[in-house]
Amino acid sequence: MNLRRILALTKKELKKTTREPAVLFLLIIFPIMITFVFGLAFGGIGGGTATSFDVGVLNLDATSPQADWSLAFVDNLTASEVFVTHAYSDNDSGHSALIQGDLDAFIIIPEGFGDSVASYYGSPLDPSAWTNSTIELYVDSGSQMAVSAIPPLVKEVLMRTLFGNDAMTIILPVEIGNLGLVESSALTQWDFMAPGIFAFAAIFMTMIVAQTMTVERDEGLLKRLRTTPASSADYMISQTVSYMIIALVQVALVLTSSFVIGYRPATGIAGVAFAFVITFAFSLVAVGFGLISATVSKSAESATGVSFVFIMPQMFLGTFMPLGGATEMISKFIPSKYVTEAITTLFLRGAPMTTPVIWIDLAIVSVIGFLLLAIGVILFERYGSR
Amino acid sequence: MSESAITITNLTKRFDDITAIENLSLEIGWGELFGILGPNGAGKSTTVNILNTLLKPTDGSATVDGHDVVYDPEGVREVIGVCPQEPAFYRFLTGEENIILMGEMHLVPSDVLKERVKTMAEKIGMEDHIKRRSKDYSGGMIRRVSMLMALINNPKIALLDEPTVAMDPNSRRAVWDFIRELKAQGKTVILTTHYMEEAQELCDRVAIIDNGLLIEIGSPSELVEKHKVKNLEEVFLKLTGKKLREAV
Repeated sequence: MNLRRILALTKKELKKTTREPAVLFLLIIFPIMITFVFGLAFGGIGGGTATSFDVGVLNLDATSPQADWSLAFVDNLTASEVFVTHAYSDNDSGHSALIQGDLDAFIIIPEGFGDSVASYYGSPLDPSAWTNSTIELYVDSGSQMAVSAIPPLVKEVLMRTLFGNDAMTIILPVEIGNLGLVESSALTQWDFMAPGIFAFAAIFMTMIVAQTMTVERDEGLLKRLRTTPASSADYMISQTVSYMIIALVQVALVLTSSFVIGYRPATGIAGVAFAFVITFAFSLVAVGFGLISATVSKSAESATGVSFVFIMPQMFLGTFMPLGGATEMISKFIPSKYVTEAITTLFLRGAPMTTPVIWIDLAIVSVIGFLLLAIGVILFERYGSR
Repeated sequence: MSESAITITNLTKRFDDITAIENLSLEIGWGELFGILGPNGAGKSTTVNILNTLLKPTDGSATVDGHDVVYDPEGVREVIGVCPQEPAFYRFLTGEENIILMGEMHLVPSDVLKERVKTMAEKIGMEDHIKRRSKDYSGGMIRRVSMLMALINNPKIALLDEPTVAMDPNSRRAVWDFIRELKAQGKTVILTTHYMEEAQELCDRVAIIDNGLLIEIGSPSELVEKHKVKNLEEVFLKLTGKKLREAV
């Protein structure tokens, strides 16, 4: 093993990353692109901006003598800043807009809405004297966020319409204490996804490693190196070091891109440094899987396909995709899950560096990384390099 | 320094039920330019690949500068320069970077390396192209760069496996001159080739191999005289029963 040879081979590999368009795209441009695309799509711009919903309103009580109540309700919906209201003149066009995804929800204020409110104020303590009416609320079932957030928010606006701001200050014998999730409403979906992007970007190194090894084998480059005094250890170490360096660059790129679109992790310098360290360790996993893919592949093309056997589970079970039930269980066997978990703990939950789970995650990723790398090197040396 | 540059003793190499070389024995002296000739599949490349430590013999032994190819492959790799039949190079690197990389593998001192690349590139007619990316090279340029990659470590023994295949006449002449200069520097050169005029022009001695067996050895002029023919190509035809074109 010789440091000069390792450095020369590492330099060669890094030159490839900047000079081969496909490699440059996948390892450098893709992480930046995916951060911007997902950040824009999921509310990353100006992180902390409250989410708003497009709500269609059909007011069937707009021309009744008691129309002031329904008009006030619509005004309050608009004034809440959570809803962007769109007036509809009939039921069909509102439903059509909802089905086509133009609206998050559609509200129908019934005829007699104003009469109901007036009857309440006529006899506030006698429900039998009230004229009841029902507001119909339709929510886009495709949006989990809309389903869970819109009904209580509409109810809150309704209460404000009926009782004014006093509705919030009615004294009750039982009350709910202050919520622990301070400023939780300021989080966007991007805040939940961003920690997963770090592992997501690094996962694709598996494909590049697999392609590199098969190309170097098929084009006789490995043989050529074998006729020089360079050892297999020089070569393997240089490959690993190259991809560790690339992993660090990827973390820096994802962080910088996230910052540009307004993402602010709830952690300090130490937390950010930890993200570098755990992604650094994760690069061993990527190289290990890459070597295994190259071992069983006859060509660079098949190496690309085989590498996806390792890439796909990590993408879907270990990054930012929501998990539950069986997938949650399976994800325990996916290395990228531990990277995302640790970074989420720091970046989203703002956990301190003393939190045991992040160190356990780092230990798991490191151990799996070294194991996979060892297995990859042994298999490639024995069966894949000739 | 060992007595002979290369000693091959009863070397045999089998691939499953195919015998590529059988009982081959050769002694190649220091400073000799030695040609290994033979039809396709005769065992030329197998012999070279055993000498460069890529293959292990099934039986027999071979030493390069006294280093056994099986027991001391590291020692062998220190003293050889290998130009493979299929030129292997990194397309994304320039010609110069490819050559320097090989120099780094042999731990050629950095200050010597750049100067040596420059001098060698001039000698082989690549000085105007050496800083271009290899992916843009013609076939002839690739072969010349491949040759420089093999020789950047200033090896005692150069193993050149068909270095002039698919080269235009001018490039081939440039490589011939380069090989002659290697010999003038006192290096031992092992050359496999399909071009009989190349062997006749360059080699001190040639070995003709067919079906893994050594069928003739000697200097080109000795062989021509011995077989009472006009040139080496006719010797080849007489011994192997194959025309050169069929052989290639």
